[in-house]
Amino acid sequence: MATEHLQPQETWSPIFGRLTLDWIPYHEPILIGTFLGVAFAGLIVLALMTRFRLWLPLWRNWVISVDHKKIGIMYMVLGFVMMVRGFADALMMRLQQALAAGGAEGYLPPHHYDQVFTAHGVIMIFFVAMPFVTGIMNYVMPTQIGARDVAFPFLNNFSFWMTVAGALLVNLSLFIGEFARVGWLAFPPLSGAAYSTGPGMDYYLWALQIAGVGTTLSGINLIATILKMRAPGMKMMMMPIFTWTSLITNVLIVAAFPVLTATLALLTLDRYLGFHFFTNDFGGNAMMYINLIWIWGHPEVYILIIPIFGVFSEVVATFSRKPLFGYTTMVWATACIMVLSFVVWLHHFFTMGSGANVNTFFGITTMIIAVPTGVKIFNWLFTMYRGKVRLELPMYWTIGFLVTFTIGGMTGVLLAVPPVDFQLHNTLFLIAHFHNVIIGGVVFGVYAAVTYWWPKAFGFKLDDRWGKRAFWGWFVGFYLAFMPLYALGLMGVTRRMNSYADMGWQPYFIVAALGAVVILFGILSTFMCFYVSIRDRKRLACGGDPWDARTLEWANQSPPQKYNFPQDILVTGRDMFWKMKEEGFTWSTDYQPIHMPKDTATGVLISAFALGFGFAMVWYIWWLAILCFVAMLAIGIAHTFNYNRDYYIQPDEVAATEAKGASA
Amino acid sequence: MSDHSHAHSGGSHGTLGSLMIGFAMAAILTILPFGLVMGEVDLPRNLTIGLIMGMGAVQIVVHLVYFLHVGKSSEQGWTLVATLFSVIILVIVLAGSLWVMHNMNENMMPMPDMEQMMNLQSQQG
Repeated sequence: MATEHLQPQETWSPIFGRLTLDWIPYHEPILIGTFLGVAFAGLIVLALMTRFRLWLPLWRNWVISVDHKKIGIMYMVLGFVMMVRGFADALMMRLQQALAAGGAEGYLPPHHYDQVFTAHGVIMIFFVAMPFVTGIMNYVMPTQIGARDVAFPFLNNFSFWMTVAGALLVNLSLFIGEFARVGWLAFPPLSGAAYSTGPGMDYYLWALQIAGVGTTLSGINLIATILKMRAPGMKMMMMPIFTWTSLITNVLIVAAFPVLTATLALLTLDRYLGFHFFTNDFGGNAMMYINLIWIWGHPEVYILIIPIFGVFSEVVATFSRKPLFGYTTMVWATACIMVLSFVVWLHHFFTMGSGANVNTFFGITTMIIAVPTGVKIFNWLFTMYRGKVRLELPMYWTIGFLVTFTIGGMTGVLLAVPPVDFQLHNTLFLIAHFHNVIIGGVVFGVYAAVTYWWPKAFGFKLDDRWGKRAFWGWFVGFYLAFMPLYALGLMGVTRRMNSYADMGWQPYFIVAALGAVVILFGILSTFMCFYVSIRDRKRLACGGDPWDARTLEWANQSPPQKYNFPQDILVTGRDMFWKMKEEGFTWSTDYQPIHMPKDTATGVLISAFALGFGFAMVWYIWWLAILCFVAMLAIGIAHTFNYNRDYYIQPDEVAATEAKGASA
Repeated sequence: MSDHSHAHSGGSHGTLGSLMIGFAMAAILTILPFGLVMGEVDLPRNLTIGLIMGMGAVQIVVHLVYFLHVGKSSEQGWTLVATLFSVIILVIVLAGSLWVMHNMNENMMPMPDMEQMMNLQSQQG
C-alpha cells in the first residue's frame, strides 16, 4: 500500500491564514521536477522578453487592448497553453493505469492521482474548451456581421482577464498547497467541509467562480453585439450560420452559468460558514447539488459544441463551393437544441434513485435531442454532395469530425437508455463516450477553426505538411486511446481507478497509453506547424480571401485593420461576400471618421486583484481578501469616472492604412 | 462602435399615464393580499395562499409590462422573446427539480413494510 498521505496540520495565523511552509510540496519529486521545468522555461521567456524589449509592446498592444481580434487571439493562446497542462495530466493518468496492474502500485499515490484526474477535467472544460470557443466567437463573429468591435469592448477585455485569473489560480495550486481530489464536478458530501479538508477544494471553488464572472459577462456582451451591431440590412435570417450558433451559445451561457455560480456559492457557504445545504446531516441533501450542477452541466456541453457546429458549417460551405444545404433547418435545429439541452440533465444520474417514470422521461428527451443533431450531420453531407470539395486542412478536420462524432453520438444514444446506463454508468465506457464527442467534436472543430481563420488573422496560411501531421496524430491517437476504453467499460472497469488487480485489463490500458503518445505527436506537430508557418510566412502569404470564402469576415484585408471595415457594408442577402464578389464590389474611397474605443488597463488590474482575492480566500487570509475586494470595487468605480474612452480615426488616416494594407 | 443616433431606438420609456396605470395596479395587487391576511378574511387557508401567490404572479407581469417595458414593440420584440425564454427555462428548472427531488425522496425512503418491521423490532426489543 502506498504511504498514507499526511496533510499539514490545520493552523491559522492572522498574517498568513492557513498557509504554512509545510504546504509547499518540496517532498514530492514529480512536483519539484515540474516546478523546476516551469521556472526554467519561465526565466528564459522573461529574459528573452527583456532582451528584445518586448514588455512595453506586450502591455500596450495586447494586455490592455480592447480590440476583439486581439482578445480573441489571446483566448486561443490561453487555450493552447492550458491544453498542454491538461494533456500532461492525461499522459500521467494513462501511464499510471498502464503500470498499476495486479498488485503493482504505479508511480502516482492515490492522493496525487485523484488531484490529477480532477485537474484534468476542470482544466480541459473550463480553461481549454471554454477559452477556445469564446476566442473563436470573439474573433470571428463581429467581423461576420460587419461590426467594428463587440458591444462592450472594455467588458470584453475584463472578461478575458478574469478567465486568466481563474486559470492562474488553478495552476498556483500545483506548487502552493494542493488541488481538489473530488472529480471534476466536485460532488458533496466528498467535496464538503467534512471530507475535503485542506485548500484543494477551495482552489476549485474560487477558480471557477472568478472564471465564471468572465464567461457570463462575455456571454452578455456577445448577445448584445449580435442583436444590436449587425451591418445595415442584415436581417436575422441573413446572418452567417456561425453567428447564429454564437448567438444561441451565448444565450445558453447566460441562462446556465448563473446556476453554476449559485450552486458553487451554496457549497462555499457549506464549507466556509458551516451551512448545511449539501451535508448528510442537519437536513442537507447532497442529491440537490448533483441535480443543480447538472442543470448547468448539460447545457454546458452544448455551449461547447454548438459554436463548433457553426465552424463546420462555414468550412463545409466554403470548401464545397456551395451555399450551406438547409440553412433554415440548421438555424431551427440549433434553436431546438437550445431548449432541449435544458430538459435532459437527469441522464447524468439515472442511477441516483429516481423512479422509472422520471428516468423514462429523461431517457426519451435525450434520444430526441439526437434528432436535430442528426439533421445537422445530413445538412453537412448534402452540402458536400455534388460540391467541388477541396481537401484543405480545415476539411481534413471536418471529415474526421463527421466520422468520429457520429460514433460518439451513437454511443451516447446507447447510454440514454436507462437500463443500459445502469450497466455502464461510472465505467470507462462513459469516459470513452464523452471523449469521443469532445475530442471528435470540440477539439477537431477548434482545429478546423484555427486552420480556417488563421490566414484571416495573420495573412498567411498554415504549413500543410505539419498541419496534416497534427491531424493524423490526433485522429489515429484518439482511436487508439479511446477504443480500448470502450472495451474495458463493457468489461465493467470503473473510472478513476488508481490501480487494479485483473492483469487481463493491462494490455488495453497499454494500448490506450500508446494512443495518448500518438496524440502527443499530434499536439507537438501543432506547435511545429505554428513555428514553421511563422518562419515561412513569406512563402505562405496569401491575399485577403485565400479560400474563396462566402461570408463577410473575408471582405476586408487579412489581417484586418483595427477598425475591421473602412465603410459600412449594406447587406442584401445570405453569403454576402460571395454576392459582393459576383457583383464586382470594390471599396469606395469616400471615407468617414471611424468611432473607436480606447484601450484601458482597468480590466487587467481588477482581474489581478480578483486573483489575489481568490488566493486569500483559499488560505483564509482575511486581511488580504478584504484589501483585494476593496481594491476591485475602487478600480471599478474609478473607471466609471473615466470619460476619455473613445476617439475617431480620421478619413485621411483610414485612406493611408487602406492603401498600405492593400499593397502589403 | 454603436452609432450614437441609434442609442434611443429601443422603444418608449413609458408615458406618465402608463406609469400611473402600472403604479395603481401594482398598489392594488399589493394591498389586496395584504388585506387578506391583516383583515383576517374568513377563507380556507389554501385558497388564501393561492390568491396571494396568484396576485404575486400577476404583479410580476405588471412590473414587466409597465415598468420594464417588455412588449412586442420594444427592441424589435427582443425583450419579449428574452422574457419568455427566461420564463420557460425557469419553469423547466424549478418544476423539473421539484419533480426529480420529490421522486428521489419517495424512492430513497424506507418502504412502508420496512417501517412496520422496524416498529415491530423496536417493540420486541
